[in-house]
Amino acid sequence: MKLTLRVWRQRGPEDGGRLVEYPVEDASPDMSFLELLDVLNERLIETGDEPIAFDHDCREGICGACGVVINGRAHGPERTTTCQLHLRSFRDGDVLDVEPWRAGGFPVVKDLVVDRSAFDRIIQAGGYVTAPTGSAPEAHATPVPKPDADLAFDNATCIGCGACVAACPNGSAMLFTSAKVSHLNSLPQGQPERGQRVLDMVDTMDAEGFGGCTNTGECVASCPKGIPLTSIATLNREFLRATRTR
Amino acid sequence: MPDHDTDHDADHPGGYTTGEPIADHAAPEGPIAQRWNTRRFQAKLVNPANRRRHRIIVVGTGLAGASAGATLAEQGYHVVQFCFQDSPRRAHSVAAQGGINAAKNYRNDGDSVYRLFYDTVKGGDFRSRESNVYRLAEVSAQIIDQAVAQGVPFAREYGGLLDTRSFGGVQVQRTFYARGQTGQQLLLGAYQALSRQIDAGGVEIHPRTEMLDLVVADGRARGIVARDLVTGEVSTHLADAVVLATGGYGNVFSLSTNAKGSNASAIWRAHKRGAYFANPCFTQIHPTCIPRSGEHQSKLTLMSESLRNDGRIWVPRRPGDERPPAEIPESERDYYLERQYPSFGNLVPRDIASRAAKNVCDAGYGVGPGGLGVYLDFADALARMGRPAVEAKYGNLFEMYERITAEDPYEVPMRIYPAIHYTMGGLWVDYDLQSTVPGLFVIGEANFSDHGANRLGASALMQGLADGYFVLPTTLNDYIARGGFTALDPADPAVRTVESEVRARLERLLSIEGTRSVDSFHRELGHLLWDHCGMSRTAEGLRKALERVPGLRAEFWRDVRVPGAGAELNQELEKAARVADFLELAELLLLDALVREESCGGHFREEHQTDDGEALRDDERFAYVAAWEHGTRPVLHHEILNFDHVHPTQRSYT
Repeated sequence: MKLTLRVWRQRGPEDGGRLVEYPVEDASPDMSFLELLDVLNERLIETGDEPIAFDHDCREGICGACGVVINGRAHGPERTTTCQLHLRSFRDGDVLDVEPWRAGGFPVVKDLVVDRSAFDRIIQAGGYVTAPTGSAPEAHATPVPKPDADLAFDNATCIGCGACVAACPNGSAMLFTSAKVSHLNSLPQGQPERGQRVLDMVDTMDAEGFGGCTNTGECVASCPKGIPLTSIATLNREFLRATRTR
Repeated sequence: MPDHDTDHDADHPGGYTTGEPIADHAAPEGPIAQRWNTRRFQAKLVNPANRRRHRIIVVGTGLAGASAGATLAEQGYHVVQFCFQDSPRRAHSVAAQGGINAAKNYRNDGDSVYRLFYDTVKGGDFRSRESNVYRLAEVSAQIIDQAVAQGVPFAREYGGLLDTRSFGGVQVQRTFYARGQTGQQLLLGAYQALSRQIDAGGVEIHPRTEMLDLVVADGRARGIVARDLVTGEVSTHLADAVVLATGGYGNVFSLSTNAKGSNASAIWRAHKRGAYFANPCFTQIHPTCIPRSGEHQSKLTLMSESLRNDGRIWVPRRPGDERPPAEIPESERDYYLERQYPSFGNLVPRDIASRAAKNVCDAGYGVGPGGLGVYLDFADALARMGRPAVEAKYGNLFEMYERITAEDPYEVPMRIYPAIHYTMGGLWVDYDLQSTVPGLFVIGEANFSDHGANRLGASALMQGLADGYFVLPTTLNDYIARGGFTALDPADPAVRTVESEVRARLERLLSIEGTRSVDSFHRELGHLLWDHCGMSRTAEGLRKALERVPGLRAEFWRDVRVPGAGAELNQELEKAARVADFLELAELLLLDALVREESCGGHFREEHQTDDGEALRDDERFAYVAAWEHGTRPVLHHEILNFDHVHPTQRSYT
């Protein structure tokens, strides 16, 4: 199939950046979107051009490294990661605008690569259970009701790709933060740090330059792992609960 | 010594020499169940107040690296940690699907530390060390406790207790899991523990930074040379010990189930600085991979082995039968694993299942494009359990399959075919996980230990976390406590030389300005290895490949094109440096496969098989670890393996 890519090229953070058009004549519907970029890059190298920089690693939808905005949608038209998006989702002759995640919290590094280290700093602020190695109690000593375990699990599946931020008109990181808070705060292991965790994580989120949540819901629509909007409600409730004693 | 030792020939591309035997002196003597306790007691301690004066470098942030970094920092060491990904949370351990083994006997089905030990030694085809494997089984129960305490959301039953399932090669249910994302959840647990230490100042983290060489001074590992992948800056980091947790080298085959960035550079550079490389030819081929679809393909995707708990594997009884699977009646289907291995059925170990799939496809019974596939069918399970139960257990895997193939596995059986997955070879380490370079410790898939010639499912996560959380922090302590460190000046020639060699190498790659892309060389090397050193190997094929690799390597250094500059984010330069190392490692891998004139586990030499096509070991001559020393020609050191508890027998799963 034939596709026209208009790809965001930006040499570095100081560069202004621009869309550059690349036609691809012989794409296969079985290719993943990243394989399309591979094929294009190999041609660019052969013709003496610089290949397009983009983030990717596992290519099976779990590491969270990949992610570009395609025709205005984070990860493209399907609700999946860019590595699991196949060209059969597009029509022959389509023109695709390919851009990096755009958000204040995610500065552009080069072309389609952005800096998502702010997510790491949100986790460092409290997205963990303090459990020193080597002295953990017997695993069966604390049963966890299955509904709680399932709720924790549904939130723990977040891959930290940042699509929620890229999709949000406010560049908010609420869905990401709420997933970790919902995961840990719904388990007995997470209780002792429950209040401090949410306060510290929200403070860091704000300090990193992410916007506030206005319940638009674009984050949920673009989340490849199906983190629900109710997680944001949980985050708000946990935050209110914790501020009473702040 | 084995009599083939003299088989070396300077003119032959596979030329090598034989060196002194090597042995593991770190494992204590005495009853096997006491050895780890003994070692822990004998290991010297470092006063907590003194630990912060010691810097430890940890390279890699997967299960092994993140758990090690978190634990060492918690003990009080100053940890300097590196990963090439943009975040430590993206290390490839995140992609492990199925589960993690532990001898907890929660099912009361007869499991025990001894049984896990036994299954692992047998599963590895008697090519692993008893002491190490026993320790692994012993520590396994503690890993689950640790992960649960961290809030890892393992699958639970309605009573609130942990659920388990079975994996290949065993008859008990000892595998703990978190849907099909166990690796992700365990990695996030370790990443979160590491994050806590980063915030506390115990860990200095360097993401998007790749180790390019090892600094050895006065015979000890004292640092690394690394490249900042964003700015291109090359810098040296010094420490009192270096821990490599950089994963496996399966990407030498180009197409594999590894993440695209997984590479061998850290261990290969360490090898060239004196660390022996053990059993490079032990490659695990995973039986349940989605078949490839075309030449553009960049990566193979695995379907968890856990699917074999409920899915049934079959091919049509008539070769070349092109009817849709639903139109092939039961009587015309061959459930070949259930037929050949009635007591283990579809849950035979990975090497057995892979070879069986290859055999039926080679005989013309394969399904799908090119006949390279077998069916993994859930029709029976759907009828028995109902769709909601199947969805709850395997939903995300089914969805992934549909996304990649555009076929709905609830309606038509999945098609699977074997693929390169895990490398059991790696840097040689002793019981303390220390390599032949003092102060260089190697953990997880990057070392060679514990799995022998074949790894049982759900054991990789177990080994990574055992090494990182429990074993290394004890043995590294001992190394540091023994002291004798002199302050190393960054201007020391031993440091400066390595750094300038790294710079020269990068500059050389950029200056070739040839005509071929890095990927084109990588693909060519991959084809060569898969064809001649893949699921089955022959002396003739290995010799042919050994003759071609040096030529390909020479062409690479003459004609590769690496655009861009060094002082910027340059993904082609990153790839070029890694492929250059793969081109060297490939030759050692082929040589190791040629020298090992037997079949064992994932290493199947066609010349050595039983009448019914099973791997035929030669314990008289090959019950050893092949530890290769780097030199003008490789030097082979043998570590003889002793089996005092699990006596080598023909592996039988019938």
